[in-house]
Amino acid sequence: MNLHNIFTVYLKELKDTLRDRRSLMSMIIIPTFVMPALTFGVGKIAAGVVSKAREETPAVMIVGGDDSPGVAAALRQDKKLKVVPTAADWKQQISDKKVRAAVLIPAGFEAGLKAGAADPVVIYNYDGELKSGFAVSELEKFFRDLRDQTVTARLAERALPATLVKPFDLRRENVAAPEKVGGNLLGGIVPYLIIILCFTGAMYPAMDLTAGEKERGTMETLLCSPVARVDLVLGKFLMVLTGSLSAMLLSLTSMGLSAMAAGMMFGGGGGAKLAAAAMQAKAAGTAMPMIDPVGLLGVVGMVLPVAVLFSAVIFTVALFAKSYKEAQSYVAPMVFLIIMPAVVGMLPGIDLNARLALVPILNLSLVCKEMLSGIWHWNYIVLIFGSSCVYAAVALTLAVKMFNREDVIFRA
Amino acid sequence: MIEAHHLTKTFKDKKRGVITAVDDVSFTCRPGQIYGLLGANGAGKTTTLRLLATLLKPSGGHATVAGYDVEREPEKVRAQVGFLAASTALYGRLTAREMITYFGRLNGMTDAAITARIRHLATELDMAEFLDRRCDKFSTGMKQKTSIARTLVHDPAVMIFDEPTLGLDVMTARAIVSFVRECRNRGKTVIYSTHIMSEVAKLCDTVGIIHGGRLVAEGTLPELRTRFGEQDMEEVFVKAVGGEAALAAALKN
Repeated sequence: MNLHNIFTVYLKELKDTLRDRRSLMSMIIIPTFVMPALTFGVGKIAAGVVSKAREETPAVMIVGGDDSPGVAAALRQDKKLKVVPTAADWKQQISDKKVRAAVLIPAGFEAGLKAGAADPVVIYNYDGELKSGFAVSELEKFFRDLRDQTVTARLAERALPATLVKPFDLRRENVAAPEKVGGNLLGGIVPYLIIILCFTGAMYPAMDLTAGEKERGTMETLLCSPVARVDLVLGKFLMVLTGSLSAMLLSLTSMGLSAMAAGMMFGGGGGAKLAAAAMQAKAAGTAMPMIDPVGLLGVVGMVLPVAVLFSAVIFTVALFAKSYKEAQSYVAPMVFLIIMPAVVGMLPGIDLNARLALVPILNLSLVCKEMLSGIWHWNYIVLIFGSSCVYAAVALTLAVKMFNREDVIFRA
Repeated sequence: MIEAHHLTKTFKDKKRGVITAVDDVSFTCRPGQIYGLLGANGAGKTTTLRLLATLLKPSGGHATVAGYDVEREPEKVRAQVGFLAASTALYGRLTAREMITYFGRLNGMTDAAITARIRHLATELDMAEFLDRRCDKFSTGMKQKTSIARTLVHDPAVMIFDEPTLGLDVMTARAIVSFVRECRNRGKTVIYSTHIMSEVAKLCDTVGIIHGGRLVAEGTLPELRTRFGEQDMEEVFVKAVGGEAALAAALKN
C-alpha cells in the first residue's frame, strides 16, 4: 500500500466524477435539493389533505328515531355534523362515500332512556376512510355527551354527588423536550432517508469507476501503470465513499437548514429560540418537529461504517459487470434489499435487542431512532458500530480480492 | 530486453472447459530491435502481450522484462514498459494534459519532471493545439497521439504494441508505424503484434508466427522466406500454420 499512489488515484477520480453529470446528480443535486423538497412537500400535502378533510362537515344520515324527536333534533343542531335526509340505500351511499356515516337510533330510544335503559345506538361507517372516521368521532362524541348528561341528571334527581360515578379525573401531560418529541416523529424517517441516500450516492460513482471504465477501455490503460492494484482499488473506493458521504451530509445539512427556516417562519423565533418556536408552532396547530443535534451527530457517526459497507459492496458488484448498463441491472435491485430493513426499522414497536443489533441496516435504523429521541444504549451502540465495522472490512477485502481476479477484470 | 521461457496461460471457460490461450511460448526480444508477433485472431497474441505487461499472470513458465520477473516484481516490470493497444483508451472527461500528467504521477514522477516531459512530447508529436481539450471530443489521430504520449511519459525501456493500428485510418496508421520505428532507433526493446502482413514486412527484425497459442515458426524475414520457400509474407504465414485448412479450423473456434 502506498498512500501517495492511493491519493493520486483518488484525486483523479474526484476530478473525473465531478465532470460526470450522472454522478453529480446522485451525489450533490438530488440530496441537496430534491430530497428536502420531497420530504417537506409530501409532508405539506399530507397536512393539507388532513386539514381539508377536517374542514369538511361530514354528511350523516339518521336511521330510525322517529319516536325519539329530541335526539334527532339535537343531532341536526350539531354544527360539526350535516344531517342529510335518510335514503333507503344508506349503506350503499356510505360505501360510495356519498355519506360519511349513518347512525341507527333504535325504536323507543327516548322512552327507554326515561324508563331506565335503552337499546344500543349503532354507528355505521367506512372503516379506514379518513373522512368517515371524522364523522364517527363526532357521532361518538355526541352520544357520549348525551350519556354523560343523562347520568348527571339522574344523579341530581337522587341528590347524589357527581363523584359517585367519576371519583377522579385523568389527564396527561408531555414532559419530553420538544426535540425528543421530534425524535420520535422524525426518528423513523431520518435514518431511512440517510440509508437510501448513502446507497444512491455511492451507486453512480461505483458503476462509473468500475464497469464504466471497463466499457470505455480505460481500465486496461490504468492497469498498465506501475501502481499496485490494491492502491488502485483503495483510491477508487475512497471516491465511491466520498459520493456516499457527500450525498448523506448534503441532504442532512439542507434538510436541517430548511427545518430551521420553516421553524422561524412558523414560530417567529430566532435560531436560539427554536425549541420555543416549535412549541408555539405546535400550539398553533402546525407542529414542526425538532431534531436533537447531538442525536444527529450520533447518527452520522453510526452511518460511517455502513457507508463503507455500501460503497465496497456496490463497488464489488459493479466491478463484475462488463458495462455500465449491466452494472445498473445488478445494482438497482439491491436498492430493494436496502429499503426492506430500513422500512422495518421505521415501524413502531420494533425495539433493539442483542440479536437485531447484528442485522446490518436494520440495526442502524433502530439505533438511529433511539439516538434521535435521546436514548443512548451504549452497549448496543458499541455492538452495532463494531459489527458494522466488521461487515465493512469484509466487504472491502472482498472488493480488493475481486480487483485482483483476472476473470473479473478481463471478463469477456 | 524481453525473455519468455515456456510461457503458458490457461483460462477456464464455462462452455468450452479449460482453454490454453498461450502454450509453451519462448522467445527473446533485444534492445534496438522490433519483434513482430504475427497471428490470426484468437491465436494468442493479446494474451502473450498481456502476460508480458503483467496484466495477466502466467499459468506456467516465466518471463523477464527489463531484467524483472513478471510474476515476482510486476510493479517494477510495468515501470519499464509502455503498453499501447487498440483497447487501451483515454479518460474522456480529462484533457490530454491531465491524462498524461495522471500517468506521470502514477509512475512516480515529480510535477516538474512531468511538465518538462509534456512540453517535450507535445512538440515532438505536434499536440500543442489540443493539449488542453477533453479527450472525448478528439479525432482518432488526436487520440492516438495522446495515447502514445501516455505510454512514453515515463520514458520506458520496453515498448509493447498490441495491434495498435486496428481500426485506424491510413494516415494515423502510418504515423503509428513510423513511431514504432522511432522507438527502435532510440534503442528501445519493441514487441509488436499484428495480423497485417505488410506491417510485419515493413517493421520487424524478427518475426514469431503464433497459431493456436503455440509459436510455430520464428526467424528474420529472409530466414522465414528461405525456410518456407515463399517470397510473399502471407504465403509464408499460411505455410507456417499448416495450410489454409488448419487456419480455417482455428478461426472457427
